[in-house]
Amino acid sequence: MLYREAGDFKTSYPEDSQTFPIAFDRWRYWAVLAIAFLVIPFVINDYWASSLMVPFLIYAIAAIGLNILTGYCGQVSLGTGGFMAVGAYACYKLMTAFPDVNIVFHVLLAGGITAAVGAAFGLPSLRIKGFYLAVATLAAQFFLVWLFNKVAWFYNYSASGQINAPERFIFGTAVTGPSAPAWAQYLVCLVFVTFCAVLARNLTRGSLGRSWMAIRDMDIAAEIIGVNPLKAKLTAFAVSSFFIGISGALFFAVYLGAVEAGDSFGITKSFLVLFMVILGGLGSIFGSFAGAAFLVILPVFLKIIGVDVLGWPTEMVAHLQLVIVGALIMFFLIKEPHGLAQLWRLAKEKLRLWPFPY
Amino acid sequence: MSADFLYGIEVIINGLMAGVLYALVALGFVLIFKASGIFNYAQGVMALFAALTLVGVMEGQVPFSHVINAVFGTEIHHFGWEVPALLAIFVTLMVMVLFAWLVQQLVFRHLVGQEPIILFMATIGLAYFLEGVGDLMWGSEIKTLALGLPQGGSLVVEDWTAGLGGDDFYGFFIDKLDMVATLVAIVLVAGLIGFAQYTKQGRAMRAVADDHQAALSVGISLNFIWVLVWSLAGLVALVAGVMWGAKSGVQFSLSLIALKALPVLMLGGFTSIPGAIVGGLIIGVGEKLFEYMIGPMVGGATENWFAYVLALIFLVFRPQGLFGEKIIERV
Repeated sequence: MLYREAGDFKTSYPEDSQTFPIAFDRWRYWAVLAIAFLVIPFVINDYWASSLMVPFLIYAIAAIGLNILTGYCGQVSLGTGGFMAVGAYACYKLMTAFPDVNIVFHVLLAGGITAAVGAAFGLPSLRIKGFYLAVATLAAQFFLVWLFNKVAWFYNYSASGQINAPERFIFGTAVTGPSAPAWAQYLVCLVFVTFCAVLARNLTRGSLGRSWMAIRDMDIAAEIIGVNPLKAKLTAFAVSSFFIGISGALFFAVYLGAVEAGDSFGITKSFLVLFMVILGGLGSIFGSFAGAAFLVILPVFLKIIGVDVLGWPTEMVAHLQLVIVGALIMFFLIKEPHGLAQLWRLAKEKLRLWPFPY
Repeated sequence: MSADFLYGIEVIINGLMAGVLYALVALGFVLIFKASGIFNYAQGVMALFAALTLVGVMEGQVPFSHVINAVFGTEIHHFGWEVPALLAIFVTLMVMVLFAWLVQQLVFRHLVGQEPIILFMATIGLAYFLEGVGDLMWGSEIKTLALGLPQGGSLVVEDWTAGLGGDDFYGFFIDKLDMVATLVAIVLVAGLIGFAQYTKQGRAMRAVADDHQAALSVGISLNFIWVLVWSLAGLVALVAGVMWGAKSGVQFSLSLIALKALPVLMLGGFTSIPGAIVGGLIIGVGEKLFEYMIGPMVGGATENWFAYVLALIFLVFRPQGLFGEKIIERV
C-alpha cells in the first residue's frame, strides 16, 4: 500500500530524476540517517563500536570503492589491501608531519594520494583485461606492502616497524588514540560513509558512471560509440582508490590505532573486500553495505555461538568459520549470483505490486 | 672462471629448480582453465589438502578426531596402524578423485554458463572451504612428510664441481629434493602430454577445451570430462603438495604457493601447458637472480613481489602471455 509510485506526481525535471523516485524510499532513507546520526551515538558502547559498527562502516567505504571499480567499471582488482595500506601510511605521514591540521583533511588527502597511486597502477588496464588484470593488480598488492615494510621513512624509523596513530581532536573530542570515546569514533566513520555513499551514488548516476558501465558491458563497443576508455578506466581506478584510501586511513587511525602493513593489509584483506562486493552485489551501492554488514557480523555471530554458547575451542571455531564462509559463498553464487542487492531488488518489486503477484 | 660468476650460475640452477615447483602448481591451473574456463584459485589449497591427507593416512590419524573429541568429549586420535607410503598415496588419490566428483556435482554443475568472475569467486569460496575442512580433519599443526625423499645438499655435485673455480669456490650447492622434484615433474608432464595425445579420454579432453558445444554434439560427456580434469588437477596438486611439503613441512603457507603460480601463468599464458613450464622457469630464475644481484641494495625479500612486477611489465607488451592463444575480440 505504501510502496507505490502511484499518486506521487513529479512536476519538475529534478524531481523526476531524483535518487529515490518512490516516496516511501525517501522516507526510509531519511529515517535510516536519523537513526544512525541521532540515536545510535547515544546508545553505543565500546564493544558494539569496536567489534561491529566501526569495522562495518569502514569496510562499507572500501566495498563501495571496489564496487565502483569492479561492479561499475568491470575491472577486477585484487589490490584493495595494498591501496588501503597506501591510505593508512599516507594518513600517518600527514598526521605526524602536520600535527596542527585537522584530521579530516588528512584523511581526505590520504584518499587523494591513494587515488594517484591507484591511477598509476591502473595504467596497465588499458592493455590487459580480465583475469590477467586481476593478477596484475596483485603486483600492486605485494609491492606496496613490501615497500611499507622495507622503507623505514614510511613508518618514521620506529623500532617496531609499526605505525601508531597519535591522538587527534575534532571539535575538542578525541577521535583517534586510546582515549577516544566509542561514539566519537562511530560518528567520524559515519560522516565519511555518508559522504562517500552519496558521492558514489551520484557519480554512478551521472555521465562518468555511465561511461564506466559502458566499458564494463563491452569495452570495444563503448569505444566505438565515443567513450574514451583511457579516461573511463583511469577515473574508475582513481575514484575507487580514493574511497579505498579513505577507508584505509580510517581503518588505521580510528579503528586499530596501530598497524603493520603485512598483518593488516595483506592479501586476505583484498579477498575480504572482494567477497563483500560479490556477496552484496556487483554494481550496487546498497550491496556494498549489505556485503560489508554480512561479513562483519558473521564471524562475531559464529564466535558467540561456537565459543561462548557451545564452548568449543577457539581454534576449531576459527576453522569452522572458514568452512562456513566458503560454503556460504559458493551457495550464494549458485543461488543468487547477483548478491544480496538482487534479493533486495526482488523484494522491493514484489512489495510494489503487492497484493497482486504480477 | 671467477667465483662470483660461478655463484651466479649456482643461483640460476637453483632458480630453475624452484621454477619447476612453481610450474607444477601452474600446471594444475592450466588443466582446469583449458577444459572448463574456470580459473581455479583453490589449486594451492588442493595441494595443501592432498599433502595433509597423505600425512594423515600414513600416520593412521582418525579424520576429524579433534572435532569429535571437542563435541563428544572423547579421546581418540589414531587408529593405531601405519599405512605404507604407496598405499597411502593411492588412498589420497582416491580422496582427490572423490573431491573432484563432489566439486563438480555440488558446485560447478550449477554454475555452468555463469560469467568467469563468478566462477573465480566460487573457487575462492572453495579454497576457504577446503582449507577449513583440511584443518578440521587433520589438525592445523605443522606436519612433516616422511616419504623417505632425499634431503639436503648433494655432496656428489658439490665435490664434482668444486674444481671449477679458484680457492674460494666450494662447488655448487644443489638440494637433492629439488633434483627429485625436477625428475618427477618431467615424468608427470610427459605423462600428461601422452595422456592428452594418445588416449581416448585425453582426446575428448582436448576437444572439450577447444569447443564445449562441438564436443557435446559429437557425444562427449562434459560432466565426465570435467570430473576427469578436476581429478587430474588433484593429481598434480598431490605431487606439488608432496614436493613442497617435503621441502618446508605441511602447513598453511603451502596454500600460498597458488599465488606464486599466478604470475607464472600470466607469463606463460593461461591456456598453454608448455607456457606454464617455461613461465615457471623464467620466474624461478628471474626472482632468484634479482634477489641475488639487486636484493641487497633495496633491503631484500624482493621475492615477494618481483614475479608479479615482471609479469606485469611483460604483459604490457604481450597481453596474452608467451604461449597464450591470441585474443581476438569482436563487437
